[in-house]
Amino acid sequence: MVHPNPAQYTGGRPAPTERQAPDALDPMQMLTTYDSGKVTRSASGEIQREYTLTAFDREIEVARGVKFPAWTFNGTVPGPTIRCTEGDRLVIHFRNEGAHAHTIHLHGIHPANMDGVLEIVPPGGSYDYDLIAEPFGLFLYHCHVMPLKKHIHKGLYGTFIVDPKTPRPPAKELVMVMNGFDTDLDGENEFYAVNGIANYFADHPIPLEVGEPVRVYLVNTLEFDLINSFHLHGNVFKLFRTGTSLTNYEVTDTVMLCQGERCILEFSYKHPGKFMFHAHQSEFAELGWMGMVDVRPRDQKA
Amino acid sequence: MRTHDETLPVADVPRTGWRPGAWLLILLPVALLAAMVALFLAKGEGLIGKAPIPPDALLKVEFERIVFRPGEILATVRNTGPDVVTIAQVTVNDALWQFAVSPGPTLARMQQANISTPYPWEIGDPVEIKVITSNGLAFKKKVEIAAETPRPSLRSLGVFALLGIYVGVIPVYLGFLWFPFLQRVRDRWFHFFLSLTAGLLIFLGLDALKEALEAAGKVPGAFKGVGIVLIGVSAGLLGLMAVGERTMGRARAGAPGDRRLALAYMIAAGIGLHNLGEGLAIGAAYALGNVALGTFLIVGFTIHNTTEGFGVVAPVARDGVRLKHLVLMGLLAGGPTILGTWIGGFTYSALWSILFLALGAGAIFQVVYELLKLMARDAREAAGSVANFLGLILGLGIMYLTGLLVQL
Repeated sequence: MVHPNPAQYTGGRPAPTERQAPDALDPMQMLTTYDSGKVTRSASGEIQREYTLTAFDREIEVARGVKFPAWTFNGTVPGPTIRCTEGDRLVIHFRNEGAHAHTIHLHGIHPANMDGVLEIVPPGGSYDYDLIAEPFGLFLYHCHVMPLKKHIHKGLYGTFIVDPKTPRPPAKELVMVMNGFDTDLDGENEFYAVNGIANYFADHPIPLEVGEPVRVYLVNTLEFDLINSFHLHGNVFKLFRTGTSLTNYEVTDTVMLCQGERCILEFSYKHPGKFMFHAHQSEFAELGWMGMVDVRPRDQKA
Repeated sequence: MRTHDETLPVADVPRTGWRPGAWLLILLPVALLAAMVALFLAKGEGLIGKAPIPPDALLKVEFERIVFRPGEILATVRNTGPDVVTIAQVTVNDALWQFAVSPGPTLARMQQANISTPYPWEIGDPVEIKVITSNGLAFKKKVEIAAETPRPSLRSLGVFALLGIYVGVIPVYLGFLWFPFLQRVRDRWFHFFLSLTAGLLIFLGLDALKEALEAAGKVPGAFKGVGIVLIGVSAGLLGLMAVGERTMGRARAGAPGDRRLALAYMIAAGIGLHNLGEGLAIGAAYALGNVALGTFLIVGFTIHNTTEGFGVVAPVARDGVRLKHLVLMGLLAGGPTILGTWIGGFTYSALWSILFLALGAGAIFQVVYELLKLMARDAREAAGSVANFLGLILGLGIMYLTGLLVQL
């Protein structure tokens, strides 16, 4: 089942190359899966990380029983979480196997020709992005071909973490990409989600432990709705806006993010039990942006 | 001898009468048609090329009925699109909600399904139900005012019967009370009132036709609502004409009074059909929760429909009419309203509503025609007199003004 695609591209799709897309998306796995690239160290100690991102179209399930013809990076929505350390040299091999032209636009500091805006990669084409990761913080990457909201909401986005040279304190780290899906293409989201499937974490609570330090990398890639938010039950968190400072901005229980905005949250649970986390826009919460954490006593493992 | 057959290409076929074998010839085109259909179904894309739009972008689900029970909303939907459809998610007032579909979530073309959601709806609130298909298309239906759907019980049957009596039966009999007055008016004025009746009926017929067409516009396109209107109007018109030919024909032998009585019965029958459709609409509106059928609306219908009673008795005003006939004509014209509210209230089907409204419209147009014929026959002066003109306009005007009180 394929949605109508304007036949802009008629040259025949290139044969798939290194597709390692999972059969079904696993939001739980996305919480803790990072792509740190293929690391090489030069004689002078400089670290180079090589990544391969391939854009291709595939159908994904965005809510139980609802299929969505997505445009993906490496077959998942959101795409893989690119992780590196400040000062690393990044080489991203981008290959476009989709039916439309795409790019990779990274947030952060980099030269103009590495910005993924003007160097449009046609179907079948490829491009190597080569840049030094700076500054540290929580960023994102997404396709920047117009119509922009179409290319983004179809699924071409992912998290881009640049760690500080001195690592943050150890914690259980979770990547949460808040996204949405306009399945009937009317310019409004039918479903809201974290890591791609509506209500996934409501059905599959995230296991935590009392007192365990938790760090959430929260990214808002929602389209059509101006803002999104995150509210944690039974707790407060330290808020690091965009993650570009190691000093927290405030301590709160709710944070609001505009389209494309990110922040890092740090917290640990005092009490065991099941706690909800969700968008504090009740509408989003009731259309899929709702999840649970299952906090277990310290001595009790799942 | 030159026969007509020689001019036709089938002249060689000996005309030896209608043999059983001839029946096979009637099947010849049918058989070829069946073969062609089979061919297309087997290799359709090969014959006409691939459709530019994949069929799953054209899927369609339409809502037929929404029923409110305490703590539960039931929606009846139908797949009116070109392909099989699967219902994957349901939202109520923009919230994903638990639901159950029977017989199952996957619907074949034109198949119907019942969706049940345990939703704590609030009386008087608007409710919007949305169905999301497996390919992400969304179809929704909004009920402006939620209210518990009446279930068939002695009590609710009684409530609907009362509703029918108020808006259908009582007004017709009230209208009959103009009879003594009509008996006393002079000839010229009598024709004025007959014209007025024609005006009332024309308005009523057009109104019924409009309502039928409106309802036809709301049913799923696959049902061809306008076709049902056409069938209904034709059947109402010609059906009453056939009845009229028999009764009027028989009456023609008798006194002119018999003819007028027959016409009065025909008017009563036409109005009865119309009221059946109107009852269906009222019952359905009440049941669907689209409207709180308030006192004002009932009063409006009562006033509006009183004119119907006047229309029935006007043709027989110069004759003495036995009470038996008045009672029967009143039942014929007003009684169907009760039946309509029952049918509409408990098993609402837009299709029946369309059919009966259209039948009513056709029947009323036929009655107007008969009425004008009668006036032309009876008239000593031209039927197009100023008095008749004013009567017709007044009739239309009365209906217009009383119609302002009625808005479903």
